[in-house]
Amino acid sequence: MSSTTAIFRRELANYFATPVAYVFIVIFLALNGVFTFYVGGWYEREQADLQTFFDYHPLLYLFLIPALSMRLWAEERKSGSIELLMTLPISTWQAVAGKYLAAWAFTGIALALTFPVWLTVNYLGSPDNPVILIGYIGSYLMAGAYLAIGACVSAFTRNQVIAFVIAVVICFVFMFSGTPMVLDLFQGWLPQPLVNTISGMSITTHYNSILKGVIDLRDLVFFFSFIGCWLLANLIAVEMKKSS
Amino acid sequence: MKPAITVDSLSKKFGAFTAVDNINFDVNRGEVLGFLGPNGAGKSTTMKMITGFLAPSGGQIRVDGMDVMKQPMQTKQLIGYLPEGAPAYGDMTVTAFLGFIADIRGYRGSDRKERIQTAIEKANLGSVIHKPVDTLSKGFKRRVGLAQAILHDPPILVMDEPTDGLDPNQKHEVRELISEMAQQDKAILISTHILEEVNAICDRAVIISHGRLVFDGTPAKLEAMSRLHNAVTITFAGGLPDAAEQRLRALSDVADVVCEQALNRLRVMPGEGMSIAGQVTRLVRDESWEIDELYVASGQLDEVFRRITTLGGPADAGDLS
Repeated sequence: MSSTTAIFRRELANYFATPVAYVFIVIFLALNGVFTFYVGGWYEREQADLQTFFDYHPLLYLFLIPALSMRLWAEERKSGSIELLMTLPISTWQAVAGKYLAAWAFTGIALALTFPVWLTVNYLGSPDNPVILIGYIGSYLMAGAYLAIGACVSAFTRNQVIAFVIAVVICFVFMFSGTPMVLDLFQGWLPQPLVNTISGMSITTHYNSILKGVIDLRDLVFFFSFIGCWLLANLIAVEMKKSS
Repeated sequence: MKPAITVDSLSKKFGAFTAVDNINFDVNRGEVLGFLGPNGAGKSTTMKMITGFLAPSGGQIRVDGMDVMKQPMQTKQLIGYLPEGAPAYGDMTVTAFLGFIADIRGYRGSDRKERIQTAIEKANLGSVIHKPVDTLSKGFKRRVGLAQAILHDPPILVMDEPTDGLDPNQKHEVRELISEMAQQDKAILISTHILEEVNAICDRAVIISHGRLVFDGTPAKLEAMSRLHNAVTITFAGGLPDAAEQRLRALSDVADVVCEQALNRLRVMPGEGMSIAGQVTRLVRDESWEIDELYVASGQLDEVFRRITTLGGPADAGDLS
C-alpha cells in the first residue's frame, strides 16, 4: 500500500468516524429530494428523466462541497497534526492526492446514495438510462471540480470558516463565469481573449453540455485539467507554508 | 563516523524576524543532546527544520550525511519525531492512529502488527488502545506521540519538549524510555526548558538564546560555569562563631564569604577554578566549630541558564565564569 492509499483510507474512514459523513449525506439526500420534486416540479413535468434532479446540483454543490472541503487542510493546520503528516516520509503530492481523492470518493458515495431517485423514475416510466448515467458522471466531475477549489483554499488558512466562505465565492465565480453577472466584472479592462477564456471556464456550461447526454472530450479535458490546476495550486500552497 | 545530525550555519527568518541565527552543532550516535533555551529562543523552529517541516533560510542540515532539503524522503525515514504538544489525529483510536503511521512507514502484515504492538508496549499504552486520542489525558497523548515516533525504531529521535506538562511520575517514565533508547546507539535530540532534565538524561547540552548558540558542552561544564560551583555552605549549630567569617576569608583559595545571619549560615565562594572543600573542612575541625551541615554545591543550573540566556549572544559567553 502506497502512502497515498494510506492517507486516502485514513481520510475516508475519518468521515465516518465523526458525524460529518452522516450529517452530510442526510442533508444532501434531503435537499436533493426537495429540489427535484418540489422546487423542480418533477411530477408536474410528467417526463421520465432526471433533468430536474441534475439541474439543481450546481447550486447544491455550491454550498455543500465547500463545507466538505473546508477542513481538509485547515483542520490539520489548526490542530498541528500537519507537522506530523509532513514529517512522515511522504511527498507533498501524495498528501494532496490522498486527501483530495478521499473527499472525492466520499462525494461519490453520497451521490450514489441518490439511487432511489433513479429507481423511482424507472418504476414510473422508461427513461433513457445511459443519459442518466452520463448525467451522474457529469455531476460527479462537477463535484470534483468544486472540491479541488475547496481543497486548495483550505490549504491557505487554518480557519475553516474562512476556507468555507472563500471557497463558496470562488465556486460561485466559476459556476456563473459564462454569465454577464461575472463577465461584466472583467469586460472593459481585460483584453477580450481573456474575457472569452473566463467565459469558457464556466463549470455550469460544461456540466450542461454533458447533461445533454453526450460526453464530449472537450468537457472531460476541461474538468480534468481544471481539477489538476487547482490541485497544483494546492500543492504550491502547502509547499509555500514550508518556506514562509 | 559521521554525526547523525549536523546543523551547519543554520538560519531561519520569518519576514524581518530572525528566529534562528547561524547556529552550528552535531548530534552523535549513542548520545542524548539536550536542546535548551528560553521559550521563543528558536528550539522548535530548529527542530522543525531538522525534521523537514520548515525549509531553512540559510545553511544546511545533514542527517546521516544527507541534505534534509535534497533527500527529504530518505532523511525522514531515519527520524522519529515528536512535535511540540504531540499532535495526533484526535478522532482516531490509538490503534487506528498507530496503524496509519505503520501504513505510511510501509509495514505490512505481521511485521506491521508486531511494530504496533511493540510501540504500544514501550509507550505503556495497553489500557487505552481502543479510545480516541482526543479523549486521552495529556500524559497518554504524549505517550501516543512517543509511540508514533519510535514505531519504526529509528536511529535518530527528535523530541520537542517530551515531558512538558506531565506529572512527576509520567516525566520519570518518559525519561526512562529515552535513556533506554540512548543505550541502543540512537542519536537523540530533546528540547526542554526544564534544567533538571539535562542532568537527568542528557550527555551534552546546547543552549540557544534569541536564535543564537550560546553554549555547547556537557552538563558538568554547564554547572562549572555557575558562581556557586564548588561553593561550600556551612550551617552552624547554635550561633555563628565570632571569628568564623574572617577566618574563612583568610583561607588562600577563598574568594568571598556570604553571611546569612538569620539561618546561621555561611556560604564560602571559591576563587575561579578552585576547590576549597578540603581547606574549609580542615578549618572547621581545627576550630572545633559545632556545625549542623556542610555541603559542596555543584553549581546551580538555573542561575547559569539565566545568565547565559539574558546576555546578548556567543560573544558574551566567554565572560561568564
